[in-house]
Amino acid sequence: MQALYAQLLVGLINGSFYALLSLGLAVIFGMLNIINFAHGALYMMGAFCAYFLLNLTGLGYWPALIIAPIVVGIFGMILERTMLQWLAGLDHLYGLLLTFGIALIVQGVFQNYFGSSGLPYAIPDELKGGMNLGFMFLPIYRGWVVVFSLVVCLATWYLIEKTRLGAYLRAATENPTLVRAFGINVPRMITLTYGLGVGLAALAGVLSAPINQVRPLMGADLIIVVFAVVVIGGMGSIMGSIITGFALGVIEGLTKYFYPEASNTVVFVLMVLVLLVKPTGLTGRAA
Amino acid sequence: MSALTDDTLPASPRAVRDEMIVFVIMAALLVIVPWTGIYPFFVMQALCFALLACAFNLLIGYGGLLSFGHAMFLGTAGYLTAHALKVWGLSPELGILFGTAGAAALGVITGYVSIRRQGIYFSMITLALSQLLFFVYLQTPFTHGEDGIQGIPQGYLFGIFNLAKPTTLYYVVLIGFLGGFLVIYRTINSPFGEVLKAIRENEPRAISLGYKTDQYKLLAFILSGTLAGFAGSLKVFVAQNASLTDVHWTMSGEVVLMTLVGGLGTVFGPVVGAFVIIAMQQYLAGFGQWVTVIQGVIFVTCVLTFRRGLIGEIAHFFRRSL
Repeated sequence: MQALYAQLLVGLINGSFYALLSLGLAVIFGMLNIINFAHGALYMMGAFCAYFLLNLTGLGYWPALIIAPIVVGIFGMILERTMLQWLAGLDHLYGLLLTFGIALIVQGVFQNYFGSSGLPYAIPDELKGGMNLGFMFLPIYRGWVVVFSLVVCLATWYLIEKTRLGAYLRAATENPTLVRAFGINVPRMITLTYGLGVGLAALAGVLSAPINQVRPLMGADLIIVVFAVVVIGGMGSIMGSIITGFALGVIEGLTKYFYPEASNTVVFVLMVLVLLVKPTGLTGRAA
Repeated sequence: MSALTDDTLPASPRAVRDEMIVFVIMAALLVIVPWTGIYPFFVMQALCFALLACAFNLLIGYGGLLSFGHAMFLGTAGYLTAHALKVWGLSPELGILFGTAGAAALGVITGYVSIRRQGIYFSMITLALSQLLFFVYLQTPFTHGEDGIQGIPQGYLFGIFNLAKPTTLYYVVLIGFLGGFLVIYRTINSPFGEVLKAIRENEPRAISLGYKTDQYKLLAFILSGTLAGFAGSLKVFVAQNASLTDVHWTMSGEVVLMTLVGGLGTVFGPVVGAFVIIAMQQYLAGFGQWVTVIQGVIFVTCVLTFRRGLIGEIAHFFRRSL
């Protein structure tokens, strides 16, 4: 039973990353009509940002949790201003190709300087150790990742679904021209949205640094799984992305316990099944 | 919304004549390669990738479907052919047939799943499916995991042609490439190809005209996968190995890049793109990971400034169809 709970926890952690990343993808897709292939590379940049902060400036985990998403978010906004904005009005597929190119550049540069092996990043002192829950031993850091990710996801949901800014954002997703006519600066909102989505990816990167080590290719395979998550959940609903992300993480964790050989593939197999039964995805509207 | 291939000229006798002239020039240039002193293995490798890129281009350029998982056909056919040759000792022609048939079967299954969504979702689904196969091949014993299948015997094609001789192998690969190219060329100029283009331009309208667009897309997907598999089977004889590299997503990305550089939706673009990218990899091999960075830069540059690709720009400039 211990092993089962341990795998469930690992599943929840992976689920947190899936949720944070697919949430960002969904928000970006809503505003920019672009599937951000660079999301995995920006997640990796978040982790590296934390690593640099610690080793170059001595700033630890807690400042990194705030600074890394801001730095990477600004980098993302520069990308949006200099490149992505020129794709408005073109076929969506060009966005995919462009961001794929950006991902290759970013990952290639980091691979050149850091190879393919992982760099260690220590768990902050406050979150070291674990506690005994009676039925299992819970490493505090892992519990923290799950709880904190959930809070961030719900805060993002609240921001988009319940606040005035979110209302502008949803309106601009539906009809940007009309929203502009009301005097709202839609291009600036698009830039900020991209920054927000990218920032969420970087935050996931910082959270994952102490668990998965910091590697140039840490986001490359992850982004493909997240794509499958997005296909399963559909990008129509924010809450849908969050729930699908966590649920698939848990299912993956359970698979690791019951049938480890399939743990790499279970998400993709589920994607096939969902496509056969309900092609629009679990929460998605017809595209 | 501007489509990916927005200025394809309508098929006309002049277009067909232009294309046939260029085809004859291309074939003639390729036939004389063994006498020029160019390293034949480089050209053979490029021809395999050119056929793969042409197969990919059939989907994106004429069906509007961007597959981000075409490596799965290349790799699957490669593994099957390699296994048939090495373990079962089959003859080359049966090995190629087996690999290509395997890719066709894979095309039926993956096509049935992936054509259920359009546009961006289609790309993500094909990418996910090829990643699924990557993990399957990583774990199944017959692929030998990280090592791959190595030292594959080349054998005698039809019992006569010794494929271990570079010149013989070169002409076999060349005939395979030209055959596959003509199949694709015939397809895009057939009534079937016209319906595909109609689906690319406006799917709801094609449906309202009574076409069962899903069947057309599925057939195009299977055809594209089969030809990509054929390229993978040929490549086994050139490289004499089959490995995980051929199923990895980076390979799918390279195919996209070749076609983008040459020109999406052009007849000869994928061939030119494949030669450019393979040549680049040869000459820049010493730069390690910078090759990835350069590929990324080419992607970004092409999308931002050069969307028609090399051949597409030339064709556009001369108002010709190439």
